[in-house]
Amino acid sequence: MEYLDEYRDPEAAKSLIETLHRRSPFDRQIRLMEICGTHTVAIFRSGMRQLLPDWIRLISGPGCPVCVTASEDIDRSIWLSRQPEVIITTFGDLVRVPGSSSSLHRERSRGADVRVVYATLDALRIAEENPSKQVVFLGIGFETTAPTVAAAIRQAAAQGVDNFSVFSAHKLLPPAMRALLDSKDLNLDGFICPGHVSTIIGAAAYEEVVSRYHIPCVVTGFEPLDILHSIHLLVDMVLKREAKVINQYRRAVKWEGNLAAQRLIDEIFEPADATWRGLGMIPGSGLKIREKWSTFDAVKRFAMPVIEVKEHPGCKCGEVLRGVMTPPECGLFRKVCTPGDPKGPCMVSSEGTCGAYYRYQG
Amino acid sequence: MCLAIPAEVVQIEDEMATVRIGDALRKTSLILLPDKAELGDYVIVHAGFAIHKIDPEEAAESLRLLRELASFASEEDHG
Repeated sequence: MEYLDEYRDPEAAKSLIETLHRRSPFDRQIRLMEICGTHTVAIFRSGMRQLLPDWIRLISGPGCPVCVTASEDIDRSIWLSRQPEVIITTFGDLVRVPGSSSSLHRERSRGADVRVVYATLDALRIAEENPSKQVVFLGIGFETTAPTVAAAIRQAAAQGVDNFSVFSAHKLLPPAMRALLDSKDLNLDGFICPGHVSTIIGAAAYEEVVSRYHIPCVVTGFEPLDILHSIHLLVDMVLKREAKVINQYRRAVKWEGNLAAQRLIDEIFEPADATWRGLGMIPGSGLKIREKWSTFDAVKRFAMPVIEVKEHPGCKCGEVLRGVMTPPECGLFRKVCTPGDPKGPCMVSSEGTCGAYYRYQG
Repeated sequence: MCLAIPAEVVQIEDEMATVRIGDALRKTSLILLPDKAELGDYVIVHAGFAIHKIDPEEAAESLRLLRELASFASEEDHG
């Protein structure tokens, strides 16, 4: 397939890995973090973790949107699903994430109308088809998802669909990168920056992180050769003590990003403080719907109560998301927490770190 | 989760396109695409929206860099 097979060539991958081996030994580990769930899965699926030299440590960060969603936002989604005449629309991953005492999956078995959609415009169509119901889309996702939600809100306004609203729990990655670097206990040497988040925000979006923290960033594609290329570029910079942004994924990412999508995000949303699972409150790391579009804001449309959050006491999802703990170090992993009966979101999502460890590296 | 596979545009109707992803056909909105899409173009699709048109020249150039690194590595192997 075009733009795919050439990035999976096993011979080229082998030679890239061998070159890395010839560079060892180093006097210390080089710690690189990927912050995109699709990278996490691609790295595990390729098996490269076992093949890289042991002085390169790949750490999975907070790159899975469902996993970083705060428990109170999961609980508020569940609360919304219990309201009369409400249809919840969401991407599939969220349905099985356990909240304090239930999940959307459990609410559905109790009669709640929870529908999985492929695209935000599908949610809008459900609203048009059900004029007597309130249709709420759960806006969980990073900068890649935000413009698609913004597009649905603008279209709802243009078509006069007034029974559609969005619960916006979007997250922005660069503020989370700053929060991780401020926490000091990670000692990161570089970031494998996300592919399609960067398609929207551009490689330029990491320049501030690079200059403030002097840490190399490489925007990276999703195929094995893309990731190995990126590791080479990061190791080069670490050894030369250089810090800059390199765009390895030029076929899908422009330096300035997708300006049309950026404008649409800015038209509908404004930055807001947001709480991340594991990272806590990060200033300016979320998106809330602007006052002008507030009729489409589920937070304004429904009087949501304050919900007291209860997380599973043994769940180490937060530590896993910050990269300070690996899933096998959690007492629940595999014993009581499995994809069939997940205790935390990192095991639920197909791109969660615990799920990836479970499937590919028991 | 991001769909890592580029999609080929096979039909365009106003702001919607039909794209081929592997063997599957999908409807995709073009409203977030800054560049005009044409039949045969490859696009990156996220949750029902095309978000980027792949520039074949950029793709060729980055593949050239990648191959250069890989062949340099294998030359070292045998050299």
